[in-house]
Amino acid sequence: MGYVLNEDQMNQALQELKKSYIVYAPKCFENGGRFSDTDCIRYGEIHSIADVEFEKKSEFSFKEILTPVSQTLFYFTEDSVQEAQAEKKGAVIFLRSCDRHAVRRLDDMYLSNGPADYYYQRVREKVHFIVMGCTNAYENCFCADMETNQTSAYDAGVNKKNGVFEMDCKETWIDDIVKKYTDTEKDVSVEFVTQTQTHVQIPEKIDYRVSKSSIWKDYDSRCIHCGRCNFVCPTCTCFTMQDIFYTDNGKVGERRRVWASCMVDGYTDVAGGGSYRKKMGERMRFKVLHKILDYKERNGYYMCVGCGRCDDVCPEYISFSHCMNRLEEGMKEVEHND
Amino acid sequence: MDINTKKLKKNAFRVTKERGLAASRVRVPGGRMEAKYLADIQNIAETYGNGTVHLTIRQGFEIPGIPYEKMPQVNQLLQPIIEGLGINQEIEGEGYSASGTRNVMACVGNSICPYGCYDTTAFARKMEKAIFPNDLHFKVCFTGCSNDCAKVRMHDFGIIGMTIPQFDSNRCVSCGACVKACTKKSVSALTSVNYRPKRDEVRCIGCGECVLACPNMAWTRSQKKYYKLTIFGRTGKKNPRMGQDWIKWIDEESILKIVQNTYDYVKEYIDPNAPGGKEHIGYIVDRTGFEEFKKWALKDVTLPECAEIVSPVYWNGIKYS
Repeated sequence: MGYVLNEDQMNQALQELKKSYIVYAPKCFENGGRFSDTDCIRYGEIHSIADVEFEKKSEFSFKEILTPVSQTLFYFTEDSVQEAQAEKKGAVIFLRSCDRHAVRRLDDMYLSNGPADYYYQRVREKVHFIVMGCTNAYENCFCADMETNQTSAYDAGVNKKNGVFEMDCKETWIDDIVKKYTDTEKDVSVEFVTQTQTHVQIPEKIDYRVSKSSIWKDYDSRCIHCGRCNFVCPTCTCFTMQDIFYTDNGKVGERRRVWASCMVDGYTDVAGGGSYRKKMGERMRFKVLHKILDYKERNGYYMCVGCGRCDDVCPEYISFSHCMNRLEEGMKEVEHND
Repeated sequence: MDINTKKLKKNAFRVTKERGLAASRVRVPGGRMEAKYLADIQNIAETYGNGTVHLTIRQGFEIPGIPYEKMPQVNQLLQPIIEGLGINQEIEGEGYSASGTRNVMACVGNSICPYGCYDTTAFARKMEKAIFPNDLHFKVCFTGCSNDCAKVRMHDFGIIGMTIPQFDSNRCVSCGACVKACTKKSVSALTSVNYRPKRDEVRCIGCGECVLACPNMAWTRSQKKYYKLTIFGRTGKKNPRMGQDWIKWIDEESILKIVQNTYDYVKEYIDPNAPGGKEHIGYIVDRTGFEEFKKWALKDVTLPECAEIVSPVYWNGIKYS
């Protein structure tokens, strides 16, 4: 059912949600930006609807709720191992359509790519989604071209319009909560963008020969291998393991898994001192082709959802979408050389 | 021609080597202004000067070739600049009210530069409001970070921006970017312990390189802004020297108060026979002893809890006399 709620009513519904769930949304961390006197929009727990940032795009995605940046898996002593407790409460996540599509990618990677990941699964089972409407695409969005601009996979959808909230409640559990706090019913359809400023065209005929193209060389000198593009990406899923021995008692410690980046040094280090993809262009090639070629071959659809966060965040102004648009040129080059 | 040179100097004109010609000294506190005032400067230079403008070392414009008798007209034309830049003026339309205390300088600061830890121009303008007009020879300079592009250590008071980096270990991806940045670009205050950075609080200079390097917002800036106050740097003929750190992790309010207090101290102890009534503060401190200066400067100042006062403070530099 569809409803209209004012801010007070929305907060009442939110308070009820918060009894059973931790509610996460993009929010503004004031002065939390990289540069002084700048803010950072990223995910965090919200306590009132005013905490939700509806206007600006979040620099980081929702994925840190499903796959924490750093997650302790278990603790160990000399003779025992103790599994780290999971959060008892479930989660409700406010996110946009592109990010809802990213959840499908995370699910495929963590649940269907071999045995299901235990730690992901135990969080994922208790997560619900509220999709936020988009009235306009941001500068670097290209969701429409990646066909992630619309979704119906949500528990509820919300549009913020002229200070009131339109809710489309698809699942009974949330419908039951929301209708308690408003008498105003309305047919609501979540707003989705159909046009973006940035466009991406991935050549239909693309194969691994493109890895031999010279287009990648450009990035050897431009990329500073900081990994920001991976960390803000809602579909990057790589992690590494760390065994920590507590400094006060070196016989006790914990194992944790921590986000890893295919752009950062150390990602390809192997036992014996080997290291691969030393050049930044090679790392860019690996990342781009994983998102749009390798992943597609295995799953039948592109991994990239076109949120454009990687383009927003790159301090060297390297554009992932621009790179994708160069693939055609890259294919022509290698076909010609063949 | 009968001209009171003492008076015109205080009105921010220079007695130049060319007989009959003055130079008008236009100050730009904090180094930034709306571009429209450039047209006013051009107009003065072309109407009353020799058509040239010198960009001064202290972020001002010096307009040479002005006949002394044209000074009142030049003051009239300076009025929109003086008002527009928020300069304290005693009599409207009569130019600058004093020229002893020099233009308050600032690097571009955080409004442009990624390294800047605060809005240098805004702080410089606050300082301007607090200390002008004044005939005493004070030089104050603001720089956004420890790179000190504004060279604040060449001034009586130098203000260097600092931030206390905040670490959220839950966001750390162990990429090592902060440790590398701190080691290569700053003071090696970070080491890696159990895959994560450990900050040496004593060594850290609050430059913010770790925050800039962190790809995942594990390092962020402190909500409050802090500064390093350096004192008594100077150029000159007798004993040029670099300003030394005096108070680290100090706040804005305390800096404003300390500089204002120092005016009272200088009024009390300046050499009554100092040429032109100008004496670098450092020479006065050499006479009274540092503790006497400190007593005056810190009067009614409440420093933030984290502030560190360096004691004793030593200067070196080159001694010619």
